[in-house]
Amino acid sequence: MNPVIGLGAWTVKVIGAFGRMTSFAVQTAVASMRPFRGRRLVEELYRIGVRSLVIILLSGFVVGGVLGLQGYTSLARFGAEDLLGSGVALILIRELGPVVTSLLVTGRAGSSIAAGIASMNATEQLDGLRMMSVNPLGFVVAPNALAMILAMPLLSALFILSGLLGGYTVGSQLLGVDPGRYLTGIETVTTFEDDVAGSLLKALIFGVLVALISTYHGYTASRNAQGVSDATTNTVVIGSVTTLVVNYFFTALWSS
Amino acid sequence: MTNTTIRDLVVGLFVAVGMVAIAYMSFSLGGLSYAGPGGLQIFATFNEIGGLNKRAPVVIGGVKVGQVTRIALDDEYYARIEMDLDARLNLPDDSSAAILTRGLLGNQFISIEPGASEDLLEPGAEISLTEDAVIMERLIGRVISNLGGDGS
Repeated sequence: MNPVIGLGAWTVKVIGAFGRMTSFAVQTAVASMRPFRGRRLVEELYRIGVRSLVIILLSGFVVGGVLGLQGYTSLARFGAEDLLGSGVALILIRELGPVVTSLLVTGRAGSSIAAGIASMNATEQLDGLRMMSVNPLGFVVAPNALAMILAMPLLSALFILSGLLGGYTVGSQLLGVDPGRYLTGIETVTTFEDDVAGSLLKALIFGVLVALISTYHGYTASRNAQGVSDATTNTVVIGSVTTLVVNYFFTALWSS
Repeated sequence: MTNTTIRDLVVGLFVAVGMVAIAYMSFSLGGLSYAGPGGLQIFATFNEIGGLNKRAPVVIGGVKVGQVTRIALDDEYYARIEMDLDARLNLPDDSSAAILTRGLLGNQFISIEPGASEDLLEPGAEISLTEDAVIMERLIGRVISNLGGDGS
């Protein structure tokens, strides 16, 4: 009987966690609108968006560069170097752009959101807000979540362009691809309906998921040092794995 | 006060640059709308279009003048292509269209050969003289069967 009891307890636990997360998301969404705190949103956009910019641009450039390098050596064997631009563009726009951006932002900003909210909870700052009848969901959680959701597609687009530039630098400047062929390769192969729309939608979905995961773990952490560190770890681990799993299913559904 | 203003400015810049990046990706790379001058819709019907794609270029003498906007089957199962060409073109109505391939393995495109007629192609008109795409496998097949014929 023991395994069956274990399975039942596990199922109840998982469904309970989903339910708490959903109710947390709904409450945050309601609290974010009344009142809408634009000032706080700008502050968090600065912390989450602007301060992730350097790592995103740098990573994008290097990832694009390595795609150019590997793509060139594979394609040059068939004398098809001119397809480098198309290859780099499709890989970046469809997959690597949204996914790597989401992984980086989870590590850079998601962890900081979780740790921030968890330590505010542990040091009774959230209770202080409640005492002044300010809803912490609206004042702390919602601006963080909204900033994450807004920043993700923007950062993903910048990652992709930076990656294309990296591929251009390596492919055309260091190796032997004709610059014109590289650029026309990008333009002829990408379409809005098949590639760009899916890429932006992916980034938006990842933004929502990472925002929910990081704020939820921060908000529900135990009120001690261990709780803060658990919240950070859980955010990075669950956020990254969720990004990769959701990406697979999104790609499978989008292309069918 | 000044610190907040600078931060607001930086956030504003970040959002603006991100939006420009998204717009560039959608319009310039994704071809949400054709960047060149368009406005002249012309149709052409082919038996076989091979691997011709939507957004494939339409050229006259190698110069890009438009792109393929729609590919569909007509009632008699012929491939009907809609092209969006530069509206400033004055093409004679006996112009012909051919599907060619760039290089041996390159992308396919439509090449228009202007005719000599006095009358012009009106918007929405159909090019009646068309040349189908060459399918490499059939060509090779024909060559092989011809060679076999000679040998026997």
